[in-house]
Amino acid sequence: MSQACITIKKMTMAYGDFIIQRDLDFKINQGDIFVIMGGSGCGKSTLMMHLIGMIAPSKGSIHYGNENLWGSNASNQRLLLNKTGVLFQSGALLSSMTLGENIALPISEHTELNKKNIQEIVDYKLSLVGLSGFSDFYPSEISGGMQKRAGLARAMALDPEILFFDEPSAGLDPISSKLLDDLILSLRDNLNATIVMVTHELASIFAIGSNSVFLDPESRTMIAEGDPKKLLKTSKDERVIKFLSRSKKL
Amino acid sequence: MQKINNTAKNEIKLIIKKESFEINFFGNWTAVTANQGVEELLSNLADHPKIKKLTFSTKKLDSWDSFFMSQLVLIIDFARNKKITVDIKSLPKGIQGLLALAYSVPERDGARKQKKKTSLIELIGKSLLAAKVELKNLVTFLGDLIQSAFSLIKGTGRFRFVDLMTYIQDCGPGSLPIVSLISFLVGLILAFVGALQLSLFGAQMYLADLVGLGMTREMGALMVGIIMAGRTGASYAAQIGTMNVNSEIDALKTMGFNPMEFLVMPRMLALILVMPLLCLYADFMGMLGGAAVAIGLFDISSTEYWTRTELAVQFKDVLVGLFKASIFGILIAYSGCIRGMQCGRSASAVGDAATSAVVTGIILIVISDSLITIIFNQLGI
Repeated sequence: MSQACITIKKMTMAYGDFIIQRDLDFKINQGDIFVIMGGSGCGKSTLMMHLIGMIAPSKGSIHYGNENLWGSNASNQRLLLNKTGVLFQSGALLSSMTLGENIALPISEHTELNKKNIQEIVDYKLSLVGLSGFSDFYPSEISGGMQKRAGLARAMALDPEILFFDEPSAGLDPISSKLLDDLILSLRDNLNATIVMVTHELASIFAIGSNSVFLDPESRTMIAEGDPKKLLKTSKDERVIKFLSRSKKL
Repeated sequence: MQKINNTAKNEIKLIIKKESFEINFFGNWTAVTANQGVEELLSNLADHPKIKKLTFSTKKLDSWDSFFMSQLVLIIDFARNKKITVDIKSLPKGIQGLLALAYSVPERDGARKQKKKTSLIELIGKSLLAAKVELKNLVTFLGDLIQSAFSLIKGTGRFRFVDLMTYIQDCGPGSLPIVSLISFLVGLILAFVGALQLSLFGAQMYLADLVGLGMTREMGALMVGIIMAGRTGASYAAQIGTMNVNSEIDALKTMGFNPMEFLVMPRMLALILVMPLLCLYADFMGMLGGAAVAIGLFDISSTEYWTRTELAVQFKDVLVGLFKASIFGILIAYSGCIRGMQCGRSASAVGDAATSAVVTGIILIVISDSLITIIFNQLGI
């Protein structure tokens, strides 16, 4: 069995007194394409914000390997998070910088490479996401799908071991969405990275998801986990089947 | 065998086999540890024009990351340019997969931006053309504004009354603390500088005249104008600019609202109504500042100071100030709203819009203040 790279132990997420999800307990294994799924408003994106260290859990803990993400001091937490890359829903590219500068920013901050070598890495990253030659463009000059891919190139800038995606295919046409899925698969296979994604695109979930957790907005806790394809076949929970089959099976 | 660098943590060796070269990678080729790229290797390869085929060996490669990949891409690009066959079969599967991905979408022709040098004349021409467009925009916006004002007067224009109240609340009572502080201090400074000069002639008595007239006719309105340009003008530009970024203005248009009436008019009305009141308040605070200096430092009694003020300041002086304040209100709302409406669709564009709103606002205020002062002077008001 593959090694757990993130372990969530009895975690409760809450804004003040308002509990979003409670008793979350699952593992994300090395090499997984792990899908966080559930209906709108169930706290998928909030869970991702917890996993990437933006929000602290109100109870329970998150472990990267054996280390508690929120138990250590800030600099240690930063070291753990350096292993991660995040693609936000809108790409979140810095609008005052070109694509090249966006991708170069983390590289120049965390390595001592010279400008030429950094630019070579930037060009390579852009070629991986199919944006060769777009280094000098500003985010406002390219389309939404391209912005998303450029965001992915930036998320991969430091060769992270774990990549987080927030709604990667939202706003993309089916073909671009399929290409992004292929890209994610290829990155997982070639870099042996772990992918965690928040999505409710069923096509993507079944095409690439290898493991998942299902959050329920009503009971405010996880009601299923495992390979989404198997879940569809074996789950007995009405809510899970309804979601995964677009209500058809019921 | 050529060894290029013995001391490096990452090394390359070139093994020459007739017309085929084998490139051997050693050590750690990662962004953090590597201390050399492949420049030297490429210049070495350029010295061998007869080379037909390149192969790779990574048996002694300890670790690699994107730095290694970017350098590998450089070698392959170089080889392709020189029409050298590249054999990547000996590379590990992961690397082969990544290379396939990197070369799967070839660079589109003309995708790269051409960097052009612009001559001085071209630059001047371009900025003149830009100024022409800018002027046209300013006038068009003014025209739209006047139209909206008319439709509002006729009763066909519409905005939400509650919006107007919110803006009045925000730019009126909300700005009292800063207006109090600044105008009190301006009155204090006016009095202090004036009193020093007046005392040379033994004319400290006229201190109240100086502060009273200075505040009511000029400084009250000007200071309130500049404060509000920085505070409210910038905020209008940022609010409307952000709405533009989020397509909220487009949404309003599709619902049949005229953004000019719905967004700009209530903001402008709020400022036109509030500015004279703020100006009146600033006049009083300024005089209070003057009184503090006169009474505290120059032995003028409180009664004396206020009596002199009453004698010196006429009602028309106060009205001049209030008139100016209303005009400044229009100009601040105008510059704030036009910059917001012109805002591009990015975070930095919102910042630019706010900056530009303040700059335009202050320039317009100072120019109009000079014009009004000259005209009133000529008219003897």
